[in-house]
Amino acid sequence: MNASGGLDLFTLGEPIADAKAPDGPIETRWQRRRFAAKLVNPANRRKLTVIVVGTGLAGGSAAATLGEQGYQVRSYCYQDSPRRAHSIAAQGGINAAKNYRNDGDSIQRLFYDTVKGGDFRSRESNVRRLAEVSVEIIDQAVAQGVPFAREYGGLLDTRSFGGAQVQRTFYARGQTGQQLLLGAYQALERQIGLGRVEMHSRHEMLELIVVDGRARGIVVRDLVTGEITTDFADAVVLASGGYGNVFYLSTNAKGCNVTATWRAHRKGALFANPCYTQIHPTCIPVSGDHQSKLTLMSESLRNDGRVWVPEAAGDDRPPRQIPEEERDYFLERLYPSFGNLVPRDIASRAAKNVCDSGRGVGQSGLGVYLDFADAIDRLGRPTIAERYGNLFEMYQRITGEDPYEVPMRIYPAVHYTMGGLWVDYDLQSTIPGLFVIGEANFSDHGANRLGASALMQGLADGYFVLPSTIADYLAAGPFDALTDDHPEVVAARDDVTDRLDRLLACQGDRTVDSFHRELGQIMWDHCGMERSDAGLRKALGEIRGLREQFWQRVKVPGDGEGLNQALEKAGRVADFFELAELMCVDALHRTESAGGHFRAESQTPEGEAQRDDEHFSYVAAWEFTGADRPPVLHREDLRFEYVHPSQRSYK
Amino acid sequence: MNLTLRIWRQTGPDDPGRMVSYQVPDVSPDMSFLEMLDVLNDRLTLDGEDPVAFDHDCREGICGACGMVINGVAHGPERATTACQLHMRHFRDGQTIDIEPWRAKAFPVIKDLVVDRSAFDRIIAAGGYVTAPTGAAPEAHAQLVRKSDADAAFESAACIGCGACVAACPNGSAMLFTAAKVSHLSLLPQGQPERTTRVVGMVDAHDEAGFGGCTNIGECTAVCPKGIPLTSIGRLNRDYLRATRERDGVPGT
Repeated sequence: MNASGGLDLFTLGEPIADAKAPDGPIETRWQRRRFAAKLVNPANRRKLTVIVVGTGLAGGSAAATLGEQGYQVRSYCYQDSPRRAHSIAAQGGINAAKNYRNDGDSIQRLFYDTVKGGDFRSRESNVRRLAEVSVEIIDQAVAQGVPFAREYGGLLDTRSFGGAQVQRTFYARGQTGQQLLLGAYQALERQIGLGRVEMHSRHEMLELIVVDGRARGIVVRDLVTGEITTDFADAVVLASGGYGNVFYLSTNAKGCNVTATWRAHRKGALFANPCYTQIHPTCIPVSGDHQSKLTLMSESLRNDGRVWVPEAAGDDRPPRQIPEEERDYFLERLYPSFGNLVPRDIASRAAKNVCDSGRGVGQSGLGVYLDFADAIDRLGRPTIAERYGNLFEMYQRITGEDPYEVPMRIYPAVHYTMGGLWVDYDLQSTIPGLFVIGEANFSDHGANRLGASALMQGLADGYFVLPSTIADYLAAGPFDALTDDHPEVVAARDDVTDRLDRLLACQGDRTVDSFHRELGQIMWDHCGMERSDAGLRKALGEIRGLREQFWQRVKVPGDGEGLNQALEKAGRVADFFELAELMCVDALHRTESAGGHFRAESQTPEGEAQRDDEHFSYVAAWEFTGADRPPVLHREDLRFEYVHPSQRSYK
Repeated sequence: MNLTLRIWRQTGPDDPGRMVSYQVPDVSPDMSFLEMLDVLNDRLTLDGEDPVAFDHDCREGICGACGMVINGVAHGPERATTACQLHMRHFRDGQTIDIEPWRAKAFPVIKDLVVDRSAFDRIIAAGGYVTAPTGAAPEAHAQLVRKSDADAAFESAACIGCGACVAACPNGSAMLFTAAKVSHLSLLPQGQPERTTRVVGMVDAHDEAGFGGCTNIGECTAVCPKGIPLTSIGRLNRDYLRATRERDGVPGT
């Protein structure tokens, strides 16, 4: 969008000049940055406090590692135990450039695949570092006793994932996220037992405290007693995950929310690329209006499962009665070199297109088959059961159908958000002292994340990157002690209590969930798999209208004194409303298609995403100016010195 | 279908609590058990009543947050299934369903169906880990692990920490939870150096938290949504005996 078209929606601010990534040969940038960073000697670390919000792969591993290093760490999560953070649900695996298969993998290739997979919208320096650190993560996890899958000789097994032609994905059956998270959780519990990390479960961060331009603490609500308290530190780390639940239906856990990052955004942290959302191609389709969440079927299934729909629209025969020649294995047909293992954005759009042409399966017509019959013939049922047994059981529990006998029905669903708070190479946001790691930041996946890269990034940030870079900031501390009567602290606390009071005072006639569902539907329709100028403008109007309604008509029962799950949800949905608008503005301004952001107006003759590198080869970092005022766009230009941007092809 | 629910309502730890009946009409067989409770809660909210509090998060059977006793069985009638993965097709029209929280001394009720399971975290903190500070790890392939050992370790590591084992045990014991972690780590070479201190520390923390002793009844494994086998308790017992012998200075173990 040109400046004149965007005037009412946003204004253009200063570009971001320095992202702190070192120049020079990319192979040594991380090494040089670490050497240049200041250190804190062990005796002084005890005098420095770090707050970590969130206990998933990123937050759990960061809190454990900072505790090991000797900092005073205070860790927060809304769940009843740090072990329940949503990383636990990641299924398929974790990438690492070990090249154990001798199949041509290398750090350079993982770097290349990830930059290309992200559709050339990520920072080369960050991705290169991620690929380097990937090999250390596997070593670390094995040392913790993570029970990765192994071969008969005792070596680690690997498998393929989308967007790669090598087998670099390490896994623990269909529960890789669970096993890696438990490794981090156990390391964290060890630090808690030793008294180096203080854990606050069932606590939710509701505000960031910024004093003299530095992030100095948070305001939290004890979800059991309702008590509002403050906590102060020398630095704050947000590891609070992604914002996929803005769509209401997603593969995220019910509690996943944007509040921690959104509150920080309102306090001055730029929010980058909010429109980059990942729609995962293989989820169990929606079964009815009661649906409360969607369940992913791991991408690893596409190693052995074949995706197809009937050749003819309206063919409603049971799948086993449709002969081979009347089936369309559309991914194999359209993308012969990657076949069923094309990246997620491409597989999702292909599924949408065949369903839009009337060839979708299942009652709603919004589904495609994922068929294991050939794999079972070739490998035998026991092998398939060993690889995917738990996923097949999960599918059967939810749908009542046996995937060993009939093909699975799958459809795309919101799964991951590549956007997040803007961070520099040190993972520091635009507020000094506020660091953001894991899915909560925007940094490494560009416009599309490859499968098995979320676990890699979360653990890279938490175990290795942040613990090195945060010292450079903390070396200037400890900062002046704070007390509850500091004006900024009082203001932050009052904001929180005012907001809760307003939500409780509405006493309207609609539940929080009814608003959330409606918001989600608007976002899915207009800011989902395909976006257009007209659709996004319509969505903006609808979101604003619905947000006003929300603040007048929402009904939150009970009071703030004690466990009140409706009040928790109401606060989160209120923040989703504001985020939803920013997502639409971002999607509207980016008139190109890139990765998970597909603009109907910008496609190749074959219907693939058409980037516009001349105008959009930048990170869009948004500044908050008020809930009803246009945000300011700050651009960070992307430079590609090692991976030359090209039309992404998986044909 | 139409259902009658009898749900345990308790406003807080000091409230004695009681069962309260609710009618829930028009339940779809494709709903999950928690989605059925969502429908009830929506109605209670609009009627100005307090909705039923229950823990839940991922709703795909892996986070371990949800847990309730359904008609006397932890997580309900389906084997190897958490409450969030239980679907209403397993109930029939007109049925009455009793819903209660986990009941155990070490899991005090916070509100309605929500209980405090932080004792599980304390058991892990007392030894349920391998000491491997970040950065100190050797190359992953430096040590081979037999596939059968890795697979058996995985079976135990699959525990989701939901607490059903405790709720089902007549003694309120958390021995299956504790044994799952002990088994996972003692089956792997990485777990060997701390094998002795781990099992002693974890069992001590288990007892301190107020969980009962194990008398090999097996209710725990019957309700476990992840099918953690009872043999893991046997493995814990062997490790514990060996550890106490070592502690008491008996050589040659």
